[in-house]
Amino acid sequence: MATLSVTRPKKSRTLTAVMALYLLYTLVPLMWLVINATKTQASLFSTSGLSFGGPFALFDNIAQTFTYNNGIFFRWLGNTLLYVVVGAGGATILATAAGYGLAKYRFPGRRAVFAVVLGAVAVPATALAVPTFLMFSKLGLTNTPLAIIIPSLISPFGLYLIWVYAADAIPDELLEAARIDGAGEFRIFLTVTLRQLVPGIVTVALFTVVQTWNNYFLPLIMLSEPKWYPLTVGLNQWSAQANGAGAQPIFNLVLTGSLLTIIPLVLAFLLMQRFWQSGLSAGSVKQ
Amino acid sequence: MSRIRSRAKAFAAVALAAALAAGCSSGSSSGPAAATGTQDSVDAALKAGGEITYWSWTPSAKDQVAAFEKEYPNVKVNYVNAGTNKDEYTKLQNAIKAGSGAPDVAQIEYYALPQFALTDSLADLNQFGFGSFEKDYSASTWAQVKNGNGIYGLPQDSGPMALFYNKEVFDKNAIAVPKTWDEYIAAAKKLHAADPTKYITSDTGDPGFVLSMIWQAGGRPFAVDGRNVKVNLADAGTKKWTAMWDQLIQGKQLAPVKEWSDDWFRALGDGTISSLVTGAWMPGNFISSVPGGAGKWAVAPMPTYDGKPVTSENGGSTQSVLKQSKNPALAAAFVRWLNHGGGVQPFIKSGGFPSTTADLGAPAFVDQAVPYFGGQKVNEVLTQASKDVAPGWTYLPYQTYANSVFSDTAGKAYLNGTGLDAGLAAWQQAIVDYGNQQGFTVSAG
Repeated sequence: MATLSVTRPKKSRTLTAVMALYLLYTLVPLMWLVINATKTQASLFSTSGLSFGGPFALFDNIAQTFTYNNGIFFRWLGNTLLYVVVGAGGATILATAAGYGLAKYRFPGRRAVFAVVLGAVAVPATALAVPTFLMFSKLGLTNTPLAIIIPSLISPFGLYLIWVYAADAIPDELLEAARIDGAGEFRIFLTVTLRQLVPGIVTVALFTVVQTWNNYFLPLIMLSEPKWYPLTVGLNQWSAQANGAGAQPIFNLVLTGSLLTIIPLVLAFLLMQRFWQSGLSAGSVKQ
Repeated sequence: MSRIRSRAKAFAAVALAAALAAGCSSGSSSGPAAATGTQDSVDAALKAGGEITYWSWTPSAKDQVAAFEKEYPNVKVNYVNAGTNKDEYTKLQNAIKAGSGAPDVAQIEYYALPQFALTDSLADLNQFGFGSFEKDYSASTWAQVKNGNGIYGLPQDSGPMALFYNKEVFDKNAIAVPKTWDEYIAAAKKLHAADPTKYITSDTGDPGFVLSMIWQAGGRPFAVDGRNVKVNLADAGTKKWTAMWDQLIQGKQLAPVKEWSDDWFRALGDGTISSLVTGAWMPGNFISSVPGGAGKWAVAPMPTYDGKPVTSENGGSTQSVLKQSKNPALAAAFVRWLNHGGGVQPFIKSGGFPSTTADLGAPAFVDQAVPYFGGQKVNEVLTQASKDVAPGWTYLPYQTYANSVFSDTAGKAYLNGTGLDAGLAAWQQAIVDYGNQQGFTVSAG
């Protein structure tokens, strides 16, 4: 260990250039979105994409986005929030409980569960959408919010993350100590484990929130009534209005709506990232 | 239990096939054609009232439904915009597979209709006597809603192809309106050489456009007989088109702008794209979405290969009654009203191009001078085009899938300049493979 000296790593010009390019690649679409959300439909068609032009119409656009088509955007926002809070929230709770259980308890069939969960991680959700639709149709649940919420509750990847995290982060000794002190298993979970798991839980919550927020294909297939659409499907419907005979393009509203749609996600990241960082560094040092 | 049910299903299928065969043979041999009914049940259903669900994305749908409910207060129509074209078809297909959840009436584009008709998902409107409406529609649109002896919808709009061009740009560069494709290619070169920022048109590989162009050139790449499909994307007509269009692609004479994008609307407004070969429904879109082009654009007949007028259809929709409907007679009544009654006028008003001969011939429609087009009587050109549509076209029974893989196969010709023939051959391969996997008997050539 002594041979390792603590010097500052050398700066690499190539790496800096690559990073700068990557930053540009990430930021340009966002810039484009912000710039174009300030334009009216007419100036969107008459000015260049990467420069401001025409009247500054951002607030107008926001007002229009919320009022267009009897304020359906507001309803879509509410739907998305409902799916995220109940779906992603539920997924996080289930993944936490199940992941912890699998990591810390020995019971028959544990390996089988492990294999199933790993297998489930590998299956893309898109591939399951149509079979899920047929199943839900038999149950009479299509075209209801439950058709989005129930599939969102399952997050094999989240479960796997918590499992791996719990195996490392919670010493068995701690649980044994709690048991000797007379705590029941449920109380141990609530008072001892949960606190230890916070970084892991936040990570899973972020993943499931982003996944549910951006979920497109499942609601597209499940829902046929616009009043249950989440933002993703609704905005796409607005965008599709520009297509073909009788086209009514409202690109300005699509752009403004997209901008409004990503703001809550950005906020969620800003608020939760410190937990996330502490989570990612867990296990990197020896206690 | 399930085995019994599947056996019953198999039996039903055999019985149906036998009935179909009987129907076909009697139809071909001078006997009575397909089973036809009368409109009595439709009128009765309308009187009795009820509730139906309608899927559509037509901009005029809301007004039409309101007008219908006003005229028939005891009928309630649940209008749902379930998504535009492909999105709606995906949902329809799923609902059909699941056996529930489909609407009573759905808007379906002509190119997608055979797919739903062939899978026995739509009601044959002959049972309500709608076959007698044939004389009221342009021949090209009626042919689109017919499949075998069945009628699976009443035509809503029509899209005979025409040439839209930017008169200002043409005049400035001393370009005459091209009557033949040779002149069109010459105009493309002249224009781009004189002003490198301007292009004659744009095309990034749109299967609907490609098929319309092949149709006009005399190509008939698809032949369908029940579950037997023949595909030949290298017939004489198709090759005529590829030889012509390749000159534009390989000469880099096409603006690389995706159709229906914001860039595209911008390019139409500022003259970057100076002409457009497209369906007769386009004027409404110009007026609502290309304000910058007002007073500059004009309409002319579609260029041809030999100067003789001939055109084809692009786009267009019908409204069909789903087999799943619990009240097919009422659903049919709504369809009749939409496209053979009070629904037609609101549709024309919203900028749609009708398919009913009475409206196509009405002086108020034909002689209307449109200010956007510098006062030109554009409908004069467009109604003539609807009469010049070449007959005998057929779409694939799984055209939506074929279109979805167009850019992966034929689309490469646009990017690499490998030639449309090679691209279409790759598309054909994909079409044949998929069709055979789906239980069709597809042969190439």
